[in-house]
Amino acid sequence: MAIKERMSGNEAVSYAIRQINPDVMPAFPITPSTEIPQMVSTYIANGEIETEFIPVESEHSSMSAAIGAEAAGARSLTATSSAGLALMWEELLLAASNRLPIVLALVNRTLSGPININCDHSDSMGARDTGWIQIYAENNQEAYDNFIQAYPIAEHTSVHLPVMICQDGFITSHAVENIELMEDSLVKKFVGIYNPEEFLLNPDKPISVGPYSISNYAMEAKKNQEIALENSKAVILEVAKKFKKISGREYGLFEEYRTKDADYIMLIMGSAAGTAKQAVDEMRARGKKVGVLKLRVFRPFPAEEIANALKGCKVVAIMDRCESYNGNGGPLGSEVTSALFCNKIMIDTVNYIYGLAGRDFTVDETKTVFGELEDMVVNGRVPEQYKYIGLRK
Amino acid sequence: MNNGIEIRWHGRGGQGAKTAALLLADVAFKTGRSVQGFPEYGPERMGAPITAYNRISDGKIRVHSNIYTPDYVVVVDETLLSSVDVTAGLKRNGAIIINTPKSREEIAEKLKEYSGRIYTVDARKISEETLGKNFPNSPMLAAIVAVSGVMDRKTFISEMKASYQHKFAKKPEVIDGNMKALEMAYDIVWSAMEDDKMSLSA
Amino acid sequence: MRTDITKINEQTGHEHLTEGLMIFAGGSSKLFKTGEWRTSTPVFYEEKCRQCLLCTPVCPDSSIPVKDGKRADFDYDHCKGCGICAKVCPFGAIEMKEGVE
Repeated sequence: MAIKERMSGNEAVSYAIRQINPDVMPAFPITPSTEIPQMVSTYIANGEIETEFIPVESEHSSMSAAIGAEAAGARSLTATSSAGLALMWEELLLAASNRLPIVLALVNRTLSGPININCDHSDSMGARDTGWIQIYAENNQEAYDNFIQAYPIAEHTSVHLPVMICQDGFITSHAVENIELMEDSLVKKFVGIYNPEEFLLNPDKPISVGPYSISNYAMEAKKNQEIALENSKAVILEVAKKFKKISGREYGLFEEYRTKDADYIMLIMGSAAGTAKQAVDEMRARGKKVGVLKLRVFRPFPAEEIANALKGCKVVAIMDRCESYNGNGGPLGSEVTSALFCNKIMIDTVNYIYGLAGRDFTVDETKTVFGELEDMVVNGRVPEQYKYIGLRK
Repeated sequence: MNNGIEIRWHGRGGQGAKTAALLLADVAFKTGRSVQGFPEYGPERMGAPITAYNRISDGKIRVHSNIYTPDYVVVVDETLLSSVDVTAGLKRNGAIIINTPKSREEIAEKLKEYSGRIYTVDARKISEETLGKNFPNSPMLAAIVAVSGVMDRKTFISEMKASYQHKFAKKPEVIDGNMKALEMAYDIVWSAMEDDKMSLSA
Repeated sequence: MRTDITKINEQTGHEHLTEGLMIFAGGSSKLFKTGEWRTSTPVFYEEKCRQCLLCTPVCPDSSIPVKDGKRADFDYDHCKGCGICAKVCPFGAIEMKEGVE
């Protein structure tokens, strides 16, 4: 029986953590993710869960402690945002290369500077090549559902990689919305009890984790890690299938919204996808063939699947909530165009940068973007290939 | 948005505008609708102007942007009228509700650009009379419920009673005062709305 | 996942290496003969030794085995020839000699 509730994105993730009852949570507060460790420690103080909470002095330490705990054999997690994730950078790579299935609740916030507390994806995009699986949410419901699916993906024997569950800071983390929760017993059964095959606190089967590797071994280890990330794609889909059976809610690597016969598609991630869908409905009512491809799984990057999903349209707007300072576009812009090229799908694209540092992204702006794509095809007016939307001029 | 209403709250940090928006989302949720309640965040501190928003709809709400053309605006602190453009984008057939001891006519003088409906509630006075302290958000919540018609008086009052009984389980002495504040504010706004209807039909 | 790590070497293909290069054994450093790095070698003169055991705890490579309260000859498989033991010995019972013994 689904439980109809209303809560914020941070509450939803904390609720999922309570239901999972993980073993260890080291954490250090940072806006806008602070509420998560705060709520989890309240659950602990009230005796609702047995999670060991470790207050640490920095995010460098919270991820270090999560790595230690996970290697010891404990199901571990932490939460952070922005500069907190940046301070974890070294450890993020260690967690992945030591093949530790840690889960991180990331509440996306921009990185300085200028110093700002609001949402964009520059924190998780900065960590995009650390070997973590990255799954993004449109709303509080998806943040909750993704978090419940995280451990079954991370702990799968063909994966053994850490997972970052991302949601947009303030926009979903602090917005109260309707949500359907699952019963505790159902979530517990779905996530299961953590039984690692190998762990440090097992005196009968001693192991060493993270040994120094000379060049003759290190490259092979990196390739194996890459294979695990590729493997995770099938596991993510398999877990989503099982999740649908208990929740009725469907998840894939991405969601295709009214794209089937669309001439113009907007590829977007996170909370702005909902805003874009609203614009699509309004434009469809006026006969415009538009659609949205909402990317859910950014790592592993579903290059071939995206290329196939886009091949029928005329132009794609690739929306980046992050400036990558490569002088040539955002991270999604680079990866999606490379996916199209490598799969010989030669359609036009425009890479838009939007919503940086909490800049609002609206239904009207979505319509402007679609208008520019149409203008390009119908009137031959080609817009800049890499441009900002919502920028004050 | 289909069948939806959008509300913008203006207040000052610490006055409870955000809490009021979340409370409104709460009570509207209980009527089975889709709701959104969210603040616009910055590095604001106590006393700084803040904005909060509500969307309430029969259909699923997917938009995650701020609200630019609200159906209703609630101003929790009258002093904001001189520094914030509170009626910006407010729909013609909408309404603004202001916490002030002043009359609607006096407020209309201040909002010259605006020709829509205005309702005033002396939330400070109501709050001080019923609770002995200035907590303007309960009366303002009742006022927006009355004006927007999110739910009828009976449903609203009973939902809020249940909510307060839960919230103030350890301080039951404040429940009556809060309920009284809600009823007073609701009735003041309701009678102003009745007056409007009379003058329209006259 | 458990693999016999003694069968892994620098010619092993990536698909046969362990996950995260995890080592499935305890005390595996014994298998690594650091004695090969030695360029000067300590020599133990048992007759001069008073069994004070000052040398044992200062050895960075645990290459001075102790049994029944008495030190034995060096573990040359692991001694890197650093010479700390020779410096610390008050009785001249350890002498460093150039080259590999």
